[in-house]
Amino acid sequence: MTHTTKRIIMNNIVMTLSTISAVIGMGFLFWILGILVINGVDALTWTIFSQEGAPPGYENSGLKHALIGQLLIVGAATVVGVPLGILAGTYLSEYGQKAKLAETIRDISDIMMSAPSIVIGAFVYAVVVAPMGHFSGWAGSIALTIIMLPIILRTTDDMLNLVPSTLREAAFALGAPKYKVIIQVVYRGAKAGILTGILLGVARVAGETAPLLFTSFNDNFLNTDMNEPMASLTVTMYNYATSPYEDWQKLGWAAAFILSMFILTLNILGKLFLLKKKGR
Amino acid sequence: MSIILDKIFAHTSKFIAVSILLLVAWIFTVLLQHSMESITALGFDFVTETKWAPNLEKFGALPAIYGSVVSTFLAMILAVPLAIGVAIYLSELAPAKLKTPVGVSIELLAAIPSVVYGMWGLFYFVPIVRDLVGGIGISMLTAGIVLSIMILPFMAAVTRDAMDTTPDILKESAYALGGTRWDVIKDIIIPYAKAGIIGSLILALGRAIGETMAVTFVMGNVHQISMDLTLPATSIPVTLANEFTEASSGLYYSSLFQLSLLLLVISFTIISIAKFYFLRRKRVGL
Repeated sequence: MTHTTKRIIMNNIVMTLSTISAVIGMGFLFWILGILVINGVDALTWTIFSQEGAPPGYENSGLKHALIGQLLIVGAATVVGVPLGILAGTYLSEYGQKAKLAETIRDISDIMMSAPSIVIGAFVYAVVVAPMGHFSGWAGSIALTIIMLPIILRTTDDMLNLVPSTLREAAFALGAPKYKVIIQVVYRGAKAGILTGILLGVARVAGETAPLLFTSFNDNFLNTDMNEPMASLTVTMYNYATSPYEDWQKLGWAAAFILSMFILTLNILGKLFLLKKKGR
Repeated sequence: MSIILDKIFAHTSKFIAVSILLLVAWIFTVLLQHSMESITALGFDFVTETKWAPNLEKFGALPAIYGSVVSTFLAMILAVPLAIGVAIYLSELAPAKLKTPVGVSIELLAAIPSVVYGMWGLFYFVPIVRDLVGGIGISMLTAGIVLSIMILPFMAAVTRDAMDTTPDILKESAYALGGTRWDVIKDIIIPYAKAGIIGSLILALGRAIGETMAVTFVMGNVHQISMDLTLPATSIPVTLANEFTEASSGLYYSSLFQLSLLLLVISFTIISIAKFYFLRRKRVGL
């Protein structure tokens, strides 16, 4: 056997293995996705949106409480986390730049992005839930804000960096003060990128369960008071799925389906915004 | 007027950016403070004691640490070859028509909440494990496998990104010299992107060790150390998720905080190694 034949055979072996592993990997993932869709669509009914939670076996039970709770918790986290994240990211890109302080903040945020979210839950329990004496929707929002911050900060930083410095210089040359340059020129230039960062950040925290387990806790009924324990889709999903009741498990699948579709939509939108920007 | 606004804008944004650092320091301090009772009461025994019995006021973290290490190790053994295979496929093999759709779907799958992977594991994978290897299906092995599947999309996506940093011109030169695809991968891409690939794998490891929801469903939260992978087990995040709201006594509560602190320190270390040693100067990817 010549050297070339050996190399070709080796190549074919490795390429086959790689294709097989791609097929296995994708197979597993589409299996999960398929199950999610089949069970989710099967469990979807109108009562899910119109009814609150109910004891197992009760016919008219839905996820209204969890959907509204989820919206409130994630909504509050977004309202707080997004402006803070954008401002901090602005500092990194426009003021800090390559300074040691800015680099340290970047490094720490990068680590925070992958840090275990359950630990954030424990932290918020210690500083919010324990002093208040009870679980609350606010505590859940705070935990999610902490998780969202580094994501928004880093994408804003990256996206502002992509704005050509000639644009800034042109605005400076017209006599604009720096804050105006940032708000009216840099932000505008990086709009699509910042929006993508926000969408991805929201998508990321919307799927978080662990930090909500002991902050916003759960509630089987509709509650719109953020000072009280509050249901979220993720925690409801966990509780219902681990319960022995079939109708609750079904609701759990519906919650999983609704949440996953929401998160996938946000991700796809985010990618589209970036593509549109590149295409221009 | 605009000078004042300018100052306000600059200082506010700096203040918020710096508070991220303070926040991280605060998280460590709070966790440490709340662990003090258990640290002073249990000392080093906390990490060597094998018995975790809250009703007897015995808190040994070794079973949880052991579970974290073993389940993550299992997940890595299973996920790394698959992820590298998928990454090679995506960066070198896939026909142009498939490259983007497959790549994007991998990225989207990485965005699916881990609690969904956990649910799938509980309802569909546990029965399979039960039938194949016996036991109740809720086990260390199941947890390792579900964890590996959950981490696979993230791992494959970042590994592919690392491989894709290889300049096309290098690859083309090698192909022009008559190299096969495997030659190009082993002699060009791997040497070029080695640090990035290893860094990506370690980053995925850092995520896996702190993962809670994918494993909570299928691990069982049983504090025992056993070589038998088909038995239920626990890990640090699983213990936290299951017991945090139950902790009544001061020591129980405090030892759970010590577990959180331990988990945070472990993942901080792993992620730092990945970020600073292997992925230095690489722009962050989401």
